[in-house]
Parts: sequence; structure tokens; C-alpha cells
Amino acid sequence: MIILNAINIGFKEIWANKFRSLLTMLGIILGVGSLVAQSALVKGLENGMKEALVAIGGLEKVYITSQAIPVWQQHRKDQSVGTTMNDVYALQSSAPLVRLIVPEMRGQDATVTRGSKAFNPWHFVGTWPGALEMNQHVVEYGRMFNDVDDREARSVCVIGTGVRDALFGSPEEIGREIDPVGEFVNINNQRFRIIGMFQLYESELDRKAREVALEKGVEPTQAGPARKKGFGSGKGKSGAGFAFEWKNNTIYIPLNTMWLKFRAGSAPAPAPGAPAPAGGSATASGQDFVADPRLSSIYFKVLDIEQMNEALQQVKNVVLHTHQGIEDFAFNTQENWSENIAVAVRNARLSGSIIAAISLLVGGVGIMNIMLASITERVREIGVRKAVGATFLDIFIQILVESVVIAVIGGVAGLLASQGLVKMLSLLSPDANTPVITLDAMLLAFSFSVGVGVLAGIFPGLKAARLHPIQALRYD
Amino acid sequence: MALIELRNVSKIYHLGGEEIRALDDVSLDIDIGEFISIIGPSGSGKSTLMHILGCLDSPSKGSVRLDGTMIEKASERELARLRNRMIGFVFQSFNLLPKLSVLQNVELPMNYSGVSSHERRERALQALQMVGMENRAKHRPMQLSGGQMQRTAIARALVNSPKIVFADEPTGNLDSHTGEAILQLFHKLSQEGRTIALVTHDPEIAAFTPRRIEIRDGKIATHVDSKLAGLASEPRFSLPH
Repeated sequence: MIILNAINIGFKEIWANKFRSLLTMLGIILGVGSLVAQSALVKGLENGMKEALVAIGGLEKVYITSQAIPVWQQHRKDQSVGTTMNDVYALQSSAPLVRLIVPEMRGQDATVTRGSKAFNPWHFVGTWPGALEMNQHVVEYGRMFNDVDDREARSVCVIGTGVRDALFGSPEEIGREIDPVGEFVNINNQRFRIIGMFQLYESELDRKAREVALEKGVEPTQAGPARKKGFGSGKGKSGAGFAFEWKNNTIYIPLNTMWLKFRAGSAPAPAPGAPAPAGGSATASGQDFVADPRLSSIYFKVLDIEQMNEALQQVKNVVLHTHQGIEDFAFNTQENWSENIAVAVRNARLSGSIIAAISLLVGGVGIMNIMLASITERVREIGVRKAVGATFLDIFIQILVESVVIAVIGGVAGLLASQGLVKMLSLLSPDANTPVITLDAMLLAFSFSVGVGVLAGIFPGLKAARLHPIQALRYD
Repeated sequence: MALIELRNVSKIYHLGGEEIRALDDVSLDIDIGEFISIIGPSGSGKSTLMHILGCLDSPSKGSVRLDGTMIEKASERELARLRNRMIGFVFQSFNLLPKLSVLQNVELPMNYSGVSSHERRERALQALQMVGMENRAKHRPMQLSGGQMQRTAIARALVNSPKIVFADEPTGNLDSHTGEAILQLFHKLSQEGRTIALVTHDPEIAAFTPRRIEIRDGKIATHVDSKLAGLASEPRFSLPH
């Protein structure tokens, strides 16, 4: 009742002083607008970082690799079998918390040649068709090899665009897209037929840059002779580009082909960090045939990310069983990566929020200032209201509500302004990760502005409510 | 029992170490239905007396009883409530809120007494009718003449059916002709049984009321009651023209 009345009075007061109220609201409008805009920017940043994480298979992807046998099990070193197909079959039958188990056998020192061109792929593996889903690959031309190709150990391969660019020429150089499906290449002097090629993987940022460059036409990006700028720089592309480059420079062949043609599994896989054995095992130098070859790693996906720990424990139990209790394996997850993203996002959000909060606070000071001016102007009115029976609380609520109403209108206007602000930001910097406005940010900014309105109204409200009616009535 | 009983009331201000007795040991009764004037030159203490009678201020010494409530002990909240329900004020400078319409100005006291908006409107229109302002309800105070503004203020004072109406120099800002009309209005309201106290410095206006209390230096100097003196209670319209 009192509140409704006070809101009514508040609106009238604001309407009566339109220009002054608008100026006062400007502080809140800008504060709310910048709070929402900065959180949209951070959200865009976060999306960009997660893009790379998803590109490599997402958070639920885990892989098992070999690990040095712990000290207390050194005496059983000769019984260690390493990660083998045996583990894969055991996991398939007894680990229900994981899905999509994909073995991987890495080929070492692979060189792909076609005519006079040679290329060392970053990633040359024998695997199952399931690797397509595991590593979020999309086949653009041709097809992925299938179970039959694997069973028959056919000499077929699926390549990334990086391999194509090196052996056939990139679209930028040639001027058109080359479809290499059906062509033959030599991998370590073994003849392989290309049956598929993945699409080009790149970050949102690189894609936009490439589209812009395509519109402008080819232009030299650096002076002097062409050169590589070093590992991890992604050929001068964005920082997250490494994950995409890795995928682009991949060659997949069927697991059995890898095993039979390159004997990759016959030598014990080197422990992580250890130097690759000289000469390598990829040359099929007639070593012993092993019935159950060693795998470089076993990839699997956790069914439910919430049950990561349970799933890992289950896998550990199964693999410990097949390894007769020898702990010669380790789990690798993307948790570190995702933690780094969380930390970076938190930092960006914190610094942005502080700046936006300060600007909102300045808006609040503006409201307080104008409310103080307004009550000085209206001392007589307050005196009249008190004379006809307004209590301390009535006057206090009236001033408080006026302040809150200004803040609420300013907050709503600020939310509208933030939409425009974000549009402007994404126009100004087309390369940046697109800012995304979230409902959370809008709610937070709005409630913050209401809180600022309440805080700004308390002091003027108390001051007005404390006025003595006689003095207020005599005031001129 | 009288409507208002003042017993040995003093109001003392301290100004720069000097003690100022705005009211000095005043005792006074006002009965229901009386039409009185409080008269005195400026600085005599008549305004202070009205403020204490009107619950706007509390006495330094003595007791005030308004319709059975001891107001010197009342909290600020209770005083606000008494002002709202028991007392109406009419001021020299009208004190209408310029941003509200005539109707909204009259509704103002009811905003603080929890009256529904429908009833507020109805009662405000009734009060405006009483003072002959019902056809100006939508106007702003600035669009009215002085007499009309004062009528509006009187309607506002009456709207909560108070026990007593205080009018502080109600004709002070009006020309004599309009002022007389306002006094006529008070007379009419008095005839209808309302208790009215006029505060003025002008003896000619004071002569208008049956009972007159003259304040000088914070004390009651003379107390004239035409009824007690056996004189006719008919008002004399002897305002200067």
C-alpha cells in the first residue's frame, strides 16, 4: 500500500524532472551496460578456448599410456606386458562406465612421399574407425576406412588437409581445392591409397581471418623469404591453433595395417619422455612377430563426466587385472587444460567485473547526489507531508523508492544499451571471439543496479525523514 | 472533558546560551465545536502555541491532552498518527504540492491513513464540494487563484474529518475580499459543528470568532469569551475594505 503509493510518487517525480533523471540514470546505464558487455566478452573468450578443447575430443576423452613400472614392482619388470589389444577387449566387456574404446598404434619416423615431394606427418597412427568420433574428425572427401579395411589390413589411409597441402599443394597456392581421394602416396616406401580426407580444422578466429584474406585477395603476410616460424606457433595463427594444426597434419591407417606393415607394436613402446629408439621399429626390420602387439595408447570416452572418478577406477581395476597387478600404465585426461581455461576465464571476469562494478558505483553516487539535491528542493513538501500525518517511515520509503526507481529504469535501459554495445564491439573487432550475452550476466547486472539504488537512497532518505516538520514548513 | 487541555505548558528554546521562553506557563481548554482565535503580534508565541496544540511540536514543560491522549509522552510515530486523524492544518502560504492536482492534494492525508484509492477519491471530492471547489479537481495549484488555493487547502484539512482544524493566518496572502470569503467559509464550517482555531495577528479577524485568546510574550494576556460575557455570538463582519 505505502510502497505502491511511493512508487507512484517516485515515477511522478522522475517524470517531472526528465532531463535531470536521464543524466542521473546515465551512470547506471553505462555501469550495467559495461558489466553485461564485459561478461559477454569473457564468455566469447571462454567459448574460443573451449573450442580447441572440444576439437581435440572434449573433456570426457581419456587415454591410457604406458608408464615406467613403480619401484616396488621393479622385480616383476619382465612380466610387464604393456598396453595391448587384450586390455581393449577386457575393457569392452567389463567397463560399462566408458564407451567408444579406440586403440591406437603410433608409427614412428614416418615419411610420406609423392613424386618429389616428401612430408613428415605430425601424427601417423594405426587405429580403429572409431577414432573418427573420438577425435572429432569430419571426413570431407571420400570415406573413413571401415572394419573390413582393418580386418584385411588394406593399404589405405585417410589424411588431414595439412598432408594434402604438403604433397599436392594448398588451395591458397593452387587457387583451387584439390581432392586427393584415389591418389597413391608412399609411406616409408609402402604404397598407400588415399581413401578420404578430413575437412580443414581451424579456430573461429583463423576462419574469419582466412575469409577476410580471401575477399581481399592474396597478400604476403611477411617480408622476406618464406619460413616457418617455429613449433606451436601454428604458422603465425592464433594460440589455440596448435590443436587444429595437429589434427590437420594427421594420417590414419587401419590398426592391423600398421601392425603388419610397420611392425609398430613389436617393440616396447617408449616410456613418455624417453627418446625414440634409434632407427625405430617402423622399418619392418624383421623382428619377432608378436601375437598381441603393444599399443601406444588406448583412448576411451567416459559415459558421464560427473562420474569421471568412478569410471577411471573401473578402468584401472580392469587393466590391473589384465596386467596381473603391475601398474605400468597411466591415465591422461584433459582436466588440466579445462582447469587452465577456468582460471583464465576467472581472472578475466574478475578484473572486468571490478571495473564495471566501480562504474556502477559511480552511477550510484550520482543517484545519491541527485537525491540529496532533490530533497533539499523539496523540504517544504516533506514538511507538508509530515504535517498531514506522514511518519518517518513514510518519508524514508518515498525517497528510497524514488532512488530505486531511477536505478531500475537505468538498469533496464542499461540492459538494452548493452545489446547495442556488444554489437558494436563485435563490429569493431571481427577477428575476436564473438561476445555472447548471457542471462546470468544480465540478471547479475540488473540486481546489482537495484542494490546500488537502494544503497544510494538510504542516506538521503534518512536525511529527509529526520526533518522536523516545523522547520521544514518554514523552509524557503 | 475538553477536547484539548493545556496545563502549565512552557516551550523553551536555547539560542546561543540565551534562554528564550516562547511559551511561559500557559493553561488553556478548547471544547468540541468551539470557534476560537489565537491572537498576538509576531514573536508573541502564538505560532508555538499552535504547533504544540497541533502535535507538530512537544512542550518543554507541562502537559497537553488531546482527546484523552497525553501528547507530551507520545512518540513521533504516534504524533504523526494524531496529526493525520485528529488535526487539520491550513497555512498562510497554502502549502499545496505543485506537482499534484487539486484532487491529489486533497487526497494526500488519506495516503497516510490506509484509505482505499476508491474511497480516497470519493472523500476528496466530498471535501472539495464542501469548499466549492469540485469543478477544479483536475487543475494544478498554479492554475488557481489565491482564494481557490486556500479553499483547496481547507478541503485537505477537512478530508480526514479531524477533531480540530488549525488555520495559521489563513487570509494573510489573500486580498481582503477573498479573505472575507474564506472567513465566511470557516464560519459556515463552525456552524456545521467543527472545532476551528484561527491564529492571526489581526484583531479584526480575531473579532470574527466568539472566543479570543491574546498571547503576549509567551503568556495569555487577555481571554475574551463572548458567550461568557453574555454578548451575542453573532459574528461581526467588520473587515476593512
